[in-house]
Amino acid sequence: MKKLIYLDNAATTKTAPEVVDAMLPYFTEKFGNPSSVYSFASGNKEVISGQRDIIAGVLGAKSNEIYFTAGGSESDNWALKAAAEAYADKGNHIITTKIEHHAILHTAEYLEKRGFEVTYLNVDEDGKISLDELKSAIRPTTILISVMFANNEIGTIQPVREIGEIACEHGILFHTDAVQAFGQVPINVDECHIDMLSASGHKLNGPKGIGFLYIRKGVKIRSFVHGGAQERKRRAGTENVPGIVGLGAAVKRAASTMEERMEKESRLRDYLIGRVTQEIPYCRLNGHKTDRLPNNANFSFRFVEGESLLIMLDGKGICASSGSACTSGSLDPSHVLLAIGLPHEIAHGSLRLTLGGETTKEEIDYVVDSLKEIVATLRNMSPLYEDFLKKGKE
Amino acid sequence: MYTEKVMDHFQHPRNVGEIENASGVGTVGNAKCGDIMRIYLDIDENQMIRDVKFKTFGCGAAVATSSMATELVKGKSVYDALQVTNKAVMEALDGLPPVKVHCSLLAEEAIHAALWDYAEKHGIKIEGLEKPKSDIHEGEEEEEEEY
Ligand SMILES: Cc1ncc(COP(=O)(O)O)c(C=O)c1O
Ligand code: FES
Repeated sequence: MKKLIYLDNAATTKTAPEVVDAMLPYFTEKFGNPSSVYSFASGNKEVISGQRDIIAGVLGAKSNEIYFTAGGSESDNWALKAAAEAYADKGNHIITTKIEHHAILHTAEYLEKRGFEVTYLNVDEDGKISLDELKSAIRPTTILISVMFANNEIGTIQPVREIGEIACEHGILFHTDAVQAFGQVPINVDECHIDMLSASGHKLNGPKGIGFLYIRKGVKIRSFVHGGAQERKRRAGTENVPGIVGLGAAVKRAASTMEERMEKESRLRDYLIGRVTQEIPYCRLNGHKTDRLPNNANFSFRFVEGESLLIMLDGKGICASSGSACTSGSLDPSHVLLAIGLPHEIAHGSLRLTLGGETTKEEIDYVVDSLKEIVATLRNMSPLYEDFLKKGKE
Repeated sequence: MYTEKVMDHFQHPRNVGEIENASGVGTVGNAKCGDIMRIYLDIDENQMIRDVKFKTFGCGAAVATSSMATELVKGKSVYDALQVTNKAVMEALDGLPPVKVHCSLLAEEAIHAALWDYAEKHGIKIEGLEKPKSDIHEGEEEEEEEY
């Protein structure tokens, strides 16, 4: 079999071997319920606190501000729904952006159906919101601002600190979906005035189905799951001990390797972007040139459709993703690519390549060489390219 | 997600290209996801399809159905070509995932559009051929209500 080249680390990552090693004993040996009294099981309570300490340390937060959840989607749902409910007496207006993950957008739509008003901020062609538009969107009834730290498709990093300052000045809660950013770039919740932050284990070489929501002390927020006393009664249910241990190990690993990874990945990313944009005609880079995740590259190739591109890359052992309508299931192109102003046709030909800690320059070279060939083949069978060439000749 | 036959036709599409001075050319777009397909027909004086070529901007299913549709109409009379429905193309490919059924309509419509163009250019009427729409609209699927 051909070697697999995995360039879809924004979708999910490989669980690091040391993370798996840390988790394994909690399935078979130390399987006890942390709420039990006997020492065999109750030791797991301390183990969980230890993981909370690790995560809090990385964010500059306090341990009792970290609540474990079943991942990014749950954290996003919790933050929005519970804050809306808890602050409903203060107002019914929420501000978010047009480029959020569906875990935010669909939750916001759900709240709209229940009487909340939501402003969806525009983004510019690089995918950044405008701070002026944010300021003018604020009303006396605004209770929450939710802006993602970094975008999962185009990698653009928002001016989070400035957004936090604006929210803080107006006494409005600030939530950020940091699922793509946490573990990839440094984040400090105090410096950025973040009141709530969502993160997920499987994006940072941890296990799937585990994540957390940071909730600043003092924020009024309702319980999301009612039941036992776990997670300070706010998210009941016997803890996913192996998952939490895996998350802790992954966060520790991500924090200690962050600087080195950022340097290496952004260097490779820029090499990839340089080669693709120079060697493949009619191609553009989507997302901000410099304020972007170190591992994200997103291109649009004119006259080419993304799903076809992905199947052909798959044929060469390359895993990637696209915002094309044909891959979306809903048959609309990615809302993020439309929000940065791409016409449908160009959004159709998008390709996202997200590097990982193990990506090599040789792999990048192989991918670019394959891409050149595939894009040329697909253009050869594209009626749009045919029209374009004929027009050019006239 | 795709059958072996779909993959075969996607990876080795038959009849890709253009025909100069074609007897009929049909271009259709799919309103649903914005894909475009173009079919060129070379039809002889006995109304037999001598040659056919296509170009498609679309997903794997769109490319594979274009390729299969051209195979199915090649060598047929214009009347027999009319009988090549999207269902027939899908069957020949051993089926498509439900979300991709609409892509196969593109192939059927493109052939009809090319036949229409041929009929118009040559001042003939092909029994059973209706003027093609430039856009294909399917019946909207009902969405499940969310709670
Ligand atoms: C920005 C963003 N938010 C939320 C999520 C959802 O995370 P999870 O898969 O852990 O539910 C993702 C993952 O795709 C994401 O990229
Ligand atoms: S052509 Fe777009 S989904 Fe098939």
